[in-house]
Amino acid sequence: MSANFFYTIEVIANGLMTGVMYSLVALGFVLIFKASGVFNYAQGVMALFAAMTLVGIQTGQVPFAHLINVIFGTHLDKFGWEVPTFIAILIALAVMIGFAFLVERYILKHLVNQDPIILFMATIGLAYFMEGFGDLMWGSEIKKLDVGLPQGGNVWLENATAGWAEGFYGFYIDNLDMWATAIAIVLVAGLIVFSNYTKTGRALRAVADDNQAALSVGISLRKIWVIVWSLAGLVALVAGIMWGAKSGVQFSLSLIALKALPVLMLGGFTSIPGAIVGGMIIGVGEKLFEFTVGPYIGGATENWFAYVLALIFLVFRPQGLFGEKIIERV
Amino acid sequence: MNATAESYVTEDGRTIGAPVMEMKNITLKFGGVTAISNISFDIREGEIRAIIGPNGAGKSSMLNVINGFYHPQEGEIWFRGEKRKPMKPYQIAQQGIARTFQNIALFKGMSTLDNIMTGRFTHMKTNMFWQAVWKGPAEREENLNRDIVEHVIDFLEIQAIRKTPVGRLPYGLQKRVELGRALAAQPKLLLLDEPMAGMNVEEKEDMSRFILDVNDEFGTTIALIEHDMGVVMDISDRVVVLDYGKKIGDGTPDEVRNNQDVIDAYLGVAHD
Repeated sequence: MSANFFYTIEVIANGLMTGVMYSLVALGFVLIFKASGVFNYAQGVMALFAAMTLVGIQTGQVPFAHLINVIFGTHLDKFGWEVPTFIAILIALAVMIGFAFLVERYILKHLVNQDPIILFMATIGLAYFMEGFGDLMWGSEIKKLDVGLPQGGNVWLENATAGWAEGFYGFYIDNLDMWATAIAIVLVAGLIVFSNYTKTGRALRAVADDNQAALSVGISLRKIWVIVWSLAGLVALVAGIMWGAKSGVQFSLSLIALKALPVLMLGGFTSIPGAIVGGMIIGVGEKLFEFTVGPYIGGATENWFAYVLALIFLVFRPQGLFGEKIIERV
Repeated sequence: MNATAESYVTEDGRTIGAPVMEMKNITLKFGGVTAISNISFDIREGEIRAIIGPNGAGKSSMLNVINGFYHPQEGEIWFRGEKRKPMKPYQIAQQGIARTFQNIALFKGMSTLDNIMTGRFTHMKTNMFWQAVWKGPAEREENLNRDIVEHVIDFLEIQAIRKTPVGRLPYGLQKRVELGRALAAQPKLLLLDEPMAGMNVEEKEDMSRFILDVNDEFGTTIALIEHDMGVVMDISDRVVVLDYGKKIGDGTPDEVRNNQDVIDAYLGVAHD
């Protein structure tokens, strides 16, 4: 077999793993969309905010340092301690859950029974608020996130596969990508089991389907919203960690949310497995396209390929691959 | 029948107890429109109580008041001997009041089984931690409640559609699944909003039979709204009649049938 064959496989493998990273972001959207029919524009910013918070706690940054310094003329910067990664992750998760409470208390509660478009607008507002708030709290400079996951190419794999064909120097697979894939798979499996086989999972789906009926069987909508936003916060934290570790914690992190859109169109807005498969198709698709067709048309196809693919998909299967096709009776 | 008696036995041998639910001088307004005006009635333990009346009489509003979707401006609601504070619908469900809806409100994407399982929501107490772990208490509780749900499914004869997403079921079966979800809660009071609306004769007979069986076998107290007079007169113990938000009749089917106000409301009255 030729080197080209192996390089194609490498491209596919990398595409799959990039796809999983997209899926992680898409998953956050799906959770909230399923339970409340709201497209949460703030999901990307939540990932950014979670990652910022994690870095801030980890490195012992003083929150709101700049603000305090300006007002009181102090020179605060860091507490001078470092928090172990695992504990920092737990604290960051607690912050995201606290954030879920605040969102429910100060936003969602007041928008009960409003059109989804109103809620969508509210999440846009929320996104910009969080962006500014995150900068105010932790500073706007680019931060390095190190959670102790191995980075760089996997040397063992590269050496083991080198020389399989003439001119083939072994598979280059990023360690971090592999970890991200493994973690994402565990997270998704957990979410699927949780939503299918537990009381709270059923309640989440029930609320998504019919608010009034959910109330009538004793489900508190407000509690469910807090749970959903907490779960979305958890997913945002995981996505923030992975993307942050890969490319630094910075504003552009929040823009990966836009990459989640075609994933959602492909997978369906309401399906957790759909988000995963959709992410993988997009990931593999854009990498393969860039690898095969890219050179002929000047490259940089990754910027638009996903959206065009999603558009084609929309024409033939508007509910997505796994979306529920609810037939309205007339 | 003696209205003041604590309990009595019906002709077919069921025991009707003291009132579980008492509505006292309920008034409900939407802005300037009075949907319910100073209505009082009670629902006795173990009885089938029908609420009837022409369209717009305030029947559904009354059900929504009982189940907490609407909060009346005036009046008191007494449930099981206690005056009820204003509550959220889900809290009222936790108190043991279950209901079905006029326009079926099922969880369309979920299977019949899952829909009915949601009916067990208020009976399942394990916390999020155990649910996330899924072993231990959560699993035991899930299995225990699953048994009850299977019993409901057997009772309603819907074994064949256990795994079918309810959105795909025909109308009559959806109504039955909705009844199943309410039954699974083992409610102290079951509210049925037009359980037979839009059904054909055969489906109506089935549904009547289920309502009677539920009442007979589990002793469930039922309050129902229904337009089909034949059905109402057949299955209910007592009937309350509303018209334009006012109560115009209350009593056994026979009493109501011969009540002049009720006849006027249904047949119209000559204005001279």
